[in-house]
Amino acid sequence: MFLFLASVSLIALAFILYFILREAVPVFRGATIQELLGPKWRPTYEAAPRYGILPMIGGTLLVTIGSMALAIPLGLAAATFIAEMAPGWLKDIAKTALELLASIPSVVYGFFGLMILSPYIRDSLGLLTGQTALTASLLLAVMALPTIASLAEDALTAVPRSYREASAAMGATHWETTWRVTIPSAFSGLIGAVILGMGRSVGETMAVLMVAGNSPQLTFSFLKSIRTLTSGIALDIAETPSGTTHFHALFFMGVVLLVITLAMNWIAEWFRGRLAKGHLKR
Amino acid sequence: MVTPVSPIAQPAAHDVKSQKVCRLDEVTRAWIKKNIESEIIIEAENLDFYYGKVQALRDVSMCIPIDGVTAVMGPSGCGKSTFLRTLNRMYELTPGAHAQGRVSFLGQDLLKADPAAIRHHIGMVFQRPNPFPKSIYENVAYGLRIEGVRRRSALSDSVEESLRHAGLWTEVKDRLRQSAFGLSGGQQQRLCVARAIAVRPKVLLMDEPCSSLDPKASARIEDLARELSDELTVIIVTHNLQQAARVSDNVAVFMAGGELAEFGTTRQVFDDPQDPRVADYLRGRFG
Repeated sequence: MFLFLASVSLIALAFILYFILREAVPVFRGATIQELLGPKWRPTYEAAPRYGILPMIGGTLLVTIGSMALAIPLGLAAATFIAEMAPGWLKDIAKTALELLASIPSVVYGFFGLMILSPYIRDSLGLLTGQTALTASLLLAVMALPTIASLAEDALTAVPRSYREASAAMGATHWETTWRVTIPSAFSGLIGAVILGMGRSVGETMAVLMVAGNSPQLTFSFLKSIRTLTSGIALDIAETPSGTTHFHALFFMGVVLLVITLAMNWIAEWFRGRLAKGHLKR
Repeated sequence: MVTPVSPIAQPAAHDVKSQKVCRLDEVTRAWIKKNIESEIIIEAENLDFYYGKVQALRDVSMCIPIDGVTAVMGPSGCGKSTFLRTLNRMYELTPGAHAQGRVSFLGQDLLKADPAAIRHHIGMVFQRPNPFPKSIYENVAYGLRIEGVRRRSALSDSVEESLRHAGLWTEVKDRLRQSAFGLSGGQQQRLCVARAIAVRPKVLLMDEPCSSLDPKASARIEDLARELSDELTVIIVTHNLQQAARVSDNVAVFMAGGELAEFGTTRQVFDDPQDPRVADYLRGRFG
């Protein structure tokens, strides 16, 4: 019985993989791997369709890097503040607020981004459109922040009291204890928080679709419009006849997305193991 | 010949109504000087302690001599650990706890000083070994790093010296970079001692340091407490009477309600307790 329950998630994962791969593989009937990883996405241009998904991979990476550059430092700082410095009543309020923020549907965030953030960026930076990678990054940072802060706060709070006592008894100030004992002890939990936040950033579809502008161009500029893998799939899937190369290419994008997510997890695991050891060696 | 009687003990026996154990006056001070032949390092005067509204120490006045090991004994819940935690202000980590009165340490009032500064001079070893999740080396070097010492040679020298002092060096010298969690309970506790003495404190507080250790490891900690008392003042809380008898030179006995019932040299308190409650307490345990 328990074995069955435990296997359910594994079976579900296997089925997802199977169906995505089943729909993704036929793409090679219409395009080579070089074409798929090319820089041009023009699936509906009948004379010479192109199925290069590189712009979408680039877009996903760009907004992920952008949002994490903001959300990781801010989220960890917020978590440290709530866990270590805030007085009890403020801790309760902040924690509740964070959990509330984390549960707001992404389309609501998207709406906020579209109506407020995007025009603001357009006007303040003097752009033609406010629908840019920067807008998406900022919005994703706001969305990932509660996840990171809330989980990181849990990790910090879980550090045993005896460590803090030992440090305080050595004459360390509260801040020295936080920096030298609490944070290093919570390290693997903090990495976990960051990874989940990053996962939210990579996987977010709706909010990004609403503010990123969605032009499939390969760019490294935050001030240009981009399309991510997720919103790319969501945009096309409803109006693409099933069985076409275009349709299968969307599934191929799904496979790439999966690979990116898995790679991220593996890198995090490796990083965590290495740093845990490195921390002892130092 | 009559054993010299601690004047600290007397009022408790006779002046029950006012619940005043003693007032530190010149007589007391002179008594300690004469009978213990030592300077006084810590002196508590009319110390009251509260956890919220619950009183844990009641008008405690006592002097702790600079030499030797002072044991703090008493039944559970008598406030002995609380008293110890007052001396390095560790009670401040417990919300709602506060102390009233005066505790002077080498002339300055502990209760008004900067707690972090105080804890540099008054180290502590806890009931359960609590090494950091760091290497053995980093555990011992922690206090020095807090003080801002960066020179590698200074750190390594101090780590080696402290570990030798704690009698742990030969056991760990080949694995200084490994996690402290790989050590046995007794070794971890000695590591905590090494960590505490690395910053050269003047006083080492030990809060039932053997309560989670087996007899052999306990004996090593007791020996260590004795050895260390050559260089610093050791104050050890214990509920183990035999341990107190073995380790200490002076004994303070607290009674339920957080009252100091008796203070004197170990021999004197064990052989001829003045307070009947202390006599009962000692007899009950020795049976």
